Amino acid sequence: MSVVLRDRRGLVGFAVLVVVIGCALAAPVVTSGDPNVQGDIVATRFLPPLATDRAGDFHPFGTDRFGRDVWTRLIYGARVSMGVGLLAVLVSVTVGMAVGALAAHGRGPLSALLLGLTDFALALPRVVLLLLLAALWRPSTGLVILVLGLTGWMSIARLVHGEVRALAAQPFVDGAVAIGARRLRVLTRHVLPNALTPVIVAAALGIGNAIMLEAGLSYLGLGVQPPTPSWGNMIASGRDTLVNAPWVATAPGIALVVVVVACTLLGDALRDALDPRRRGNLA
Amino acid sequence: MLATLGRRLLTGLAVVLGVVTLTFFLLHLAPGDPVERLLGPTATAEQLAAQRTALGLDRPLPLQFAAWLGRFARGDWGVSIAKGLPVAAVLGAAWPATVRLVALSLLLSYLLGIALGALQAARSGSRTDTALSIVSVTLFALPGYWLGLMLVLVFTYWARLLPAFGAAGIDSDYLTGSAWLADQLRHLALPLATLTLVGIGGAARFVRGAMLETLSQPFITTARAKGVRPAAVIGRHALRNAATPVVTLLGLSLPALFSGAVFVEAVFAWPGVGRVLVEAVQGRDYPVVMAATAVSAVLVVAGNLLADALAAWLDPRVREGAAPS
Repeated sequence: MSVVLRDRRGLVGFAVLVVVIGCALAAPVVTSGDPNVQGDIVATRFLPPLATDRAGDFHPFGTDRFGRDVWTRLIYGARVSMGVGLLAVLVSVTVGMAVGALAAHGRGPLSALLLGLTDFALALPRVVLLLLLAALWRPSTGLVILVLGLTGWMSIARLVHGEVRALAAQPFVDGAVAIGARRLRVLTRHVLPNALTPVIVAAALGIGNAIMLEAGLSYLGLGVQPPTPSWGNMIASGRDTLVNAPWVATAPGIALVVVVVACTLLGDALRDALDPRRRGNLA
Repeated sequence: MLATLGRRLLTGLAVVLGVVTLTFFLLHLAPGDPVERLLGPTATAEQLAAQRTALGLDRPLPLQFAAWLGRFARGDWGVSIAKGLPVAAVLGAAWPATVRLVALSLLLSYLLGIALGALQAARSGSRTDTALSIVSVTLFALPGYWLGLMLVLVFTYWARLLPAFGAAGIDSDYLTGSAWLADQLRHLALPLATLTLVGIGGAARFVRGAMLETLSQPFITTARAKGVRPAAVIGRHALRNAATPVVTLLGLSLPALFSGAVFVEAVFAWPGVGRVLVEAVQGRDYPVVMAATAVSAVLVVAGNLLADALAAWLDPRVREGAAPS
């Protein structure tokens, strides 16, 4: 970890994520409270950024068409967007590791079946699947997590498959087998922990991607449902008022870009730190 | 070579078949009924049942699927439940717009991305490299639908330069020659800029990595030792060798590009397949969803095959059959 933080990209990415996650966790403290509270709509709607309304409440990022504070919604939206991203990647990693490890470990038809399944899923147009799954059942936060998780595991499965195959030829695996460890134990205790590095990198990059897709689905109205704030549905609701209140759509978009950039930087730094061959040609 | 091609074609066919099977059963198992939407809330139970029988929706699912597959393979794509038009006509009207948008943005984003990535690799570690890295990471992180909104805000509302939606102006039928072309280009500008900008980031990042990998190879050192000009080392020796993974990525990025197009089409009301698909899924217009999914799956598979063929043409080592995994 210290190697990652010595890399400038890693430090910036890590710091940004710590601040955003910190704000999201401390949402009631850093904001004025309920993200869905509507004051006097006529008096407080479409206040520009840095405005103070008649009740004396300060709105750093202005208010939306219902007079809700954009900053408060942004921070509570961070809880939803980042939470969905993290959980979706967790689902992807779990499924991907299971499939990859079984495909590398098992022999014959099982392995071929799992690899075929992975290649097949990789070739599916993801957005068609997302659209179908999300449009078919009543949209909800849980469904978004599941859908994103179940359409994102394939690259992880491939990575784990390759790593496990390579590791299986290592002497320490023979050693574990020689002292009588069962196959499953060798796999879970000896091989998989060593295959984790590329998975961590893929997960860091995947979180940014998942957050972006969540926002995309919410933007189309198929993701997290209003009034629960997520960055995607905030952008969507700001779309209708783009001309007279551009800050409503701008703020969540910038937040999204900043977080995805941070995830990408951290992922890049992690990859270089974990891969000794790439040390030295850091940007 | 032929055997490999045959195997790839079979795999591709299996993928397409899998996609349509999955889509069909997901679609039909989901709640929501196209017939209720078609006939409206005043329809009686008898009317609903009669319409379902007429559309063949009351038969067992496997039978419906087999019937659909048979007709689809023979080129009969059915009739849109919501629009009453033949599906082939609905999609036929939408495909050119999507292909125009996607193909142009693919070309532009890869040309610019390769130029950026190669420049970065050539100047690895310099200020230029760092600055361009920041640019490409930011572009990579931009969600297309949001970038689209921002471009509309700037170029349509503030600068009043470009139209915000549609593929042609309302008067386009009366325009001819250069006026018609200008109208088309003005409408294309914002969606194309959005998709291209979003695509450059990923391409540049990948090209930079592939180029750095190639530049560390012994044959580059040899070329430099022979006194080959630096520009020729980058352009002729390194770029050509780094092209193989880039072309493969190009094929693999087709599904993602199509996904991006769905969102961008939604923002700009671009009359393409993405919009048809979103509408059809929401309206449970079974025949349209099925045909659109099948055709896009075929295009994605064909794109991958084409990219592999291109990679083989570029790299004799791949041509020999030892495909890199």
